[in-house]
Amino acid sequence: MEVFLQQLINGITLGSIYGLIAIGYTMVFGIIGMVNFAHGDVFMVSVFVALIAFLILTTWLGITSIALALFIVLIVAMIFTSLLNWVIERLAYRPLRGSFRLAPLISAIGMSIFLSNFVQVSQGPRNKAIPPMIRGEFVLVDHGNYAVTLSMKQLAIWSVTAILLAIFWYLVAKTRLGRAQRACEQDQKMAALVGVDVDRTISLTFVIAAALAAVAGTLYLMYYGVVSFADGFVPGVKAFTAAVLGGIGSLPGAVVGGILIGLIETFWSAYFSIDYKDVAAFSVLAITLIFLPQGLFGRPDVEKV
Amino acid sequence: MADVRGERVNVVLALRDASKTGVISFFVLLPLIGFLTLTNIRNELILTTRWPLLFTWVGVIFSGRFIYSLAIAPWLAQRAMRPVAAAPSAWRSFVGKWFVPFAIGFAIAYPLIAIFGAGYDSALKWIDNFGIQILIYVMLGWGLNIVVGLAGLLDLGYVAFYAVGAYSYALLAKNFGFTFWLLLPLAGILSSFWGILLGFPVLRLRGDYLAIVTLAFGEIIRLVLINFVDLTNGYAGISGIPRPSFFGIPFNASDNGFDATFGFEFSPLHRTIFLYYVILALAFITAFVTVRLRRMPVGRAWEALREDEIACRSLGINTTNTKLTAFAMGAMFAGFAGSFFAARQGFISPESFTFLESATVLSIVVLGGMGSQIGVALAAVAFVGATEMLRELDFLKQIFGADFDPTQYRMLLFGAAMVLIMIWRPRGLVSSRDPSVFLKERKSISAELTKEGHG
Repeated sequence: MEVFLQQLINGITLGSIYGLIAIGYTMVFGIIGMVNFAHGDVFMVSVFVALIAFLILTTWLGITSIALALFIVLIVAMIFTSLLNWVIERLAYRPLRGSFRLAPLISAIGMSIFLSNFVQVSQGPRNKAIPPMIRGEFVLVDHGNYAVTLSMKQLAIWSVTAILLAIFWYLVAKTRLGRAQRACEQDQKMAALVGVDVDRTISLTFVIAAALAAVAGTLYLMYYGVVSFADGFVPGVKAFTAAVLGGIGSLPGAVVGGILIGLIETFWSAYFSIDYKDVAAFSVLAITLIFLPQGLFGRPDVEKV
Repeated sequence: MADVRGERVNVVLALRDASKTGVISFFVLLPLIGFLTLTNIRNELILTTRWPLLFTWVGVIFSGRFIYSLAIAPWLAQRAMRPVAAAPSAWRSFVGKWFVPFAIGFAIAYPLIAIFGAGYDSALKWIDNFGIQILIYVMLGWGLNIVVGLAGLLDLGYVAFYAVGAYSYALLAKNFGFTFWLLLPLAGILSSFWGILLGFPVLRLRGDYLAIVTLAFGEIIRLVLINFVDLTNGYAGISGIPRPSFFGIPFNASDNGFDATFGFEFSPLHRTIFLYYVILALAFITAFVTVRLRRMPVGRAWEALREDEIACRSLGINTTNTKLTAFAMGAMFAGFAGSFFAARQGFISPESFTFLESATVLSIVVLGGMGSQIGVALAAVAFVGATEMLRELDFLKQIFGADFDPTQYRMLLFGAAMVLIMIWRPRGLVSSRDPSVFLKERKSISAELTKEGHG
C-alpha cells in the first residue's frame, strides 16, 4: 500500500510533465493536422535554455533565493523557446502548408534531427548535471521501514502545472485568440473568410505549445537536475502517446493522458521491470491507436470521400 | 533615373529585412551559441561565453538574408512568372533515355574504376565506405519504396525489419553454423513474417497514425534487442559473426582460401569486391522485382490504394491483403539487406538500428520522389555519399583549426538538408509519375496534378 501511494505521487509528477508537452502535440495536430515531430526536441532545447539561465542567475548574478531564480528561469525559458518554435514554424512548416501530406512530417523529422545535433555540437555530447535546487520533503505516512514522502520538488511541479493549465485553459476557452484557434481547427478556409488571420493563429499556436514545453522543461530540470542532447526523443514520443491516449485534439485529454502515461510508467517500473518501462509506454501507444484511435476524449474520425 | 531610385528602395528594404532577421537570429542563437556550459574538475557546471562565435553567426545570417532579399528573391519571382515548358527539352529526354543504362554500367564497373582511380591500396575505402554503404541504402530505399512509394503506407519503423534480418543471420550463423547463402533467403522470410505479424493489427490505421504505430513497433523491437541480454547480448552486441564465403571458399590467407584457389595474391580487397557485387545483385533483384510487381494485379492494387483507398474498397479490392503484401515485400527486402549488413560488418549491436536509421531511409524515399526508383537511388547516392564525403574533408582543418572535426556536423547537415529539400521540392527530386497503365500513350504526370489518398 505504501509503495502504491509513493508510486502514485511519483507517477502524477512525471505525468504532469508529459501532459504539458502533450498539449503542444495535441494543439498543433488539431490545428494543422501534423504530428510535430520536433516538439520533443524543442522541449529538450528548453531544458538547456533553463539550465543556462539558472547558471547565469546563480553563479554570475548571485541570486540566492531559489524561488525567485526559478521564476525568472521559467519566464526566460518560455520566451526563448517560444521564439525558437516561432522561427521553426516560419522556416520549416509554413512554406509547406498546403503541400502534400508527407512533406511537413519529413520536414519535422529533419528539424528534430537538426535540433538535437545542434545542441550536441554547440553544448557538447556529455550529460549536464546541476546540484539539486530544492530540498526538503513532507512525510505523509511513516511505517518505520517505509515512508511515503512528497518532496517539495513534486509539490512545486504540481502547483506550477495546475496554475499554468488554469491560465492556459482561460486563454483557449475565453479569449479572442482561443476562439480564433478553435475556428481554425474546425475549418481554416471558413475562419479566413470571417476575418481570422489563419497564419498568425497558427504561429501563436506554436508559440503557446513551445511555452508549455518550456514549463515542462524547467520542471524537468528542477526534478532530475540532468539533461543531455538526446533527451528529447523519448519524452517526446511518450508525450505524443499521452496526446493520442487522451484523444488527439482534446486539451483536457492531453493532460489526463499525460498523467496516465506517467502512472503506467512508474507502476510498471515499480512492479514489473524497469528495463521494459519504455516498452510499456510504446505498447500503450500501439494498443491505443489500434483499438481506440479516437482516444478517451476525442471525436471519432469521420471518413469522407 | 527611376531605375536608380528603385534600386535604392530595394536596398533599403533588403537592409530592413536583413536587420529584422539578424535581430531574431541573435535572440534564437543567444542561449545555445552565446553561452557554453562546461564541466570543471570538481564536476560542477560552469558557464563561459562565446560572443565572437555568436556575432559571426548573426553576421552570416544577416548577410545571407540581405543577399537573398536583394538578389535571389526577385530572381525567383521573375522565374516563377515564366511559363512552364509543356514538353521536356531534347536534352532532358536524352538524359532520361540514357541515364539508367549508364548508371547500371557505372555501378557494375565501379570497383575497377575505384582501383584505377585511387590505386590498389586505397581502393578498399572507396569500395567499402562509398560503394557498399550507398548500395545498402539504395536497397533499403527501394524496399521501403514498395511500402511508402507504391502502396502509400507511411512506415517509420522500417529499421525493425532490417534488425530482424541482421539478428537472424547473426544468431543462426553463430549458433548453428548455417552459411550465408542459406541464411539470406531465411532472413528475408523471417523478416517478412514479422512484417505480416506487425502489419496485421495496424493496417486499419491511416496516414500519420500508421507512421506513429510503426515507429512504436520499431522502438519496441530495438528495446527488446537491448534488454533481452540472454539472446542478443544487449548493448554489447554480437561480434565474430561468420563472414560470407565465395560459394564455400572462404576469403582468408589459408591454402584453401579464395586467393590461393584462384591463384591471386592474398588481399582483403577481394572480399570487399565480392561483397560489393553481392549487394549490387541484391539491389538489382529488388529493383527488378518491384518493376515486375508494378505490372501485376497486386502492384496495380498498391498504386490504386495509394491514390484513393475508399475508391479501391468500393471496387472490391481487398485492402487488408493488399497492404499486407506490400508490408511483407518491403520487410523481406529489409531482411535481405539486414543479413547482408551483419555479414559485412561481422558485428551488430542495437546501436545500428535506431529510429534515426528509419528516418534516414524514409527521407531517402521521400526526397528521391516517392515511387520513383531512379529518384530513390539518386537520393541515396547524394545523402550517404555526401555524409561519407565529410570524413574526407581534411583540408577544412587548415581553415578552422586542428580540432575541427567535420564528421560531427554530419547529422546536423543531414537534418538541415531534409528541411531545405522539402521546402525546395516537396515532391522529391524525381517528382513526375509514370503511370503503369495508360490508354493511348505513356505520358509522365506532373506531381502537382496527383493527389495522395489517405492510405
